[in-house]
Amino acid sequence: MELKIDALTHSYDDLAVLDDINLDIRAGEILCLVGPSGCGKSTLLRLIGGLERPTTGRVIQIGEPPEDSLNPLTFIFQDFALLPWRTVHGNVSLPLESHLHDVPRREAVIADVLERTRLSEFRDAYPRQISGGMKQRVAIARALAVRPAILLMDEPLSALDAQTRELLMEDLVDLWQRERFTAVYVTHNLEEAVRLGHRIAVLSRRPGRIRKILDVPDDLENRDILKPGLASIRADLWQQLHDEAREADRQLTR
Amino acid sequence: MDAPTDHDRPLREVAFRGGGFRHQPIRALSIGTFLALLFIWETGSRTGFISNLVLPAPSEVGTAFYDLWKSGNLWDHLSASLARLGAGWVLGTILGIATGFAIGLFSVMRASLAPLVAAIFPIPKIALLPLFIIWFGIGEGSKVGLILFGTFFPTVIATYGGIDNVDRTLIRMGQSFGLNRWEIARKILFPGALPAILSGMRITAAIGIILIVAAELIAAEKGIGAFIQMAGSLFATDQLVAGVLVLSVLGLAVNALIGLAEKHLLRWRA
Ligand SMILES: Nc1ncnc2c1ncn2[C@@H]1O[C@H](COP(=O)(O)OP(=O)(O)O)[C@@H](O)[C@H]1O
Ligand SMILES: [Mg+2]
Repeated sequence: MELKIDALTHSYDDLAVLDDINLDIRAGEILCLVGPSGCGKSTLLRLIGGLERPTTGRVIQIGEPPEDSLNPLTFIFQDFALLPWRTVHGNVSLPLESHLHDVPRREAVIADVLERTRLSEFRDAYPRQISGGMKQRVAIARALAVRPAILLMDEPLSALDAQTRELLMEDLVDLWQRERFTAVYVTHNLEEAVRLGHRIAVLSRRPGRIRKILDVPDDLENRDILKPGLASIRADLWQQLHDEAREADRQLTR
Repeated sequence: MDAPTDHDRPLREVAFRGGGFRHQPIRALSIGTFLALLFIWETGSRTGFISNLVLPAPSEVGTAFYDLWKSGNLWDHLSASLARLGAGWVLGTILGIATGFAIGLFSVMRASLAPLVAAIFPIPKIALLPLFIIWFGIGEGSKVGLILFGTFFPTVIATYGGIDNVDRTLIRMGQSFGLNRWEIARKILFPGALPAILSGMRITAAIGIILIVAAELIAAEKGIGAFIQMAGSLFATDQLVAGVLVLSVLGLAVNALIGLAEKHLLRWRA
């Protein structure tokens, strides 16, 4: 399953947030969306995921999701969005409860996904007991449990400290190597974009337009941000963003 | 200030200025204050400093309580009050939570009911006592009705306040995983609003105990409130204080029960 974003424009009342977005989301690739804060990245992701209706334009689904996909478009949120009154197990169980009524099968799925994300030993912990990095791993496990066709990640590492972020980036690379998932990855962090993106779309300040789409040719597993190739892509991104970010910083919200 | 030199500079530890603003439990002091007060009260009464007309001695209150207990009247009165309190409070709480949920979930309900609740909430329900007698008669109906009415409105407000405070991203998360409205209400909104609902219950339990005395003004023969009324009209102050003491202990017991419920139901909180 793939997605095509077709001439999408969005405004909140009279605040234009996104302007004429055209974008393809291709199977098996991580598409990074970078742009200055407030440019409409989260809005775009919500529109892609069907949580909001675009003012004009459409998000088109090409092909069917795999048979076994329980929730084809699945979000991973910046602030984890875990239910504090459910344990790690309970949180992963939540979306499965509406789809898998057979309890032994559901438990098997949960056990498997906790194993794959190396969370088995935290099964009975409450969110308040685990670190931010662990919380986001739980959210990733919860997302994987419903076998998404496309992951929609909204700054998934932005609430974490630099070292944890580094570790989770490695985890995500590992995960992609194994599962070849499709993802739209929103970030304001160029490092993350360069490390994780197969393509990187740069958005302008609000109203967000697509300024440029960059291809990153290297394999995910051996990307070294210090190597000249990636460093020049990063420099190119910053070049694109610098003035936009400066101007965006001076924009009034309303 | 003196120019710093390598030696001969004064050495001083940085003064501590943090701390405070945190309470430590001093159990002995809590009990001590209580006992000291009893002691002063008792000696005051015995020496005649506190006139018996003004306040009965603790020992007299104790005797009155013992008589009440021994005669079996305590249980009669208490069970009558508890039945009214239980029925009114449970019904008021259930209806209140249901209404609070309706207001929390549906704009139509909020627009129509929330102002009404806000308008009726602050009126003292005791003022409506005559109306309750007309509506529900002088039997159990008016007594239960008064407590129900008194506990309903605070519960509504606590419930929809709790729902309004549930993190919106959790709701969005539920939607993003395809949960339906009912599942979101049951698995996200209800547990999220539970802390507010439980602290609402603390308040309504106290309101219920306050109202039971008023309710038992209405032609009641049994009930702690009725007992206090009776003692009051006879100026049997020792019995009156004993009755009030029973209400106080009842309040503490209910509070402790809700505390236990919180400890169990909200164990996910720090
Ligand atoms: N639900 C909403 N209602 C009104 N304005 C909104 C809403 N969501 C976002 N906005 C506004 O739209 C703009 C883009 O927001 P967002 O998509 O969150 O930006 P980003 O994720 O790129 O930082 C911001 O100016 C924000 O204030
Ligand atoms: Mg955002």
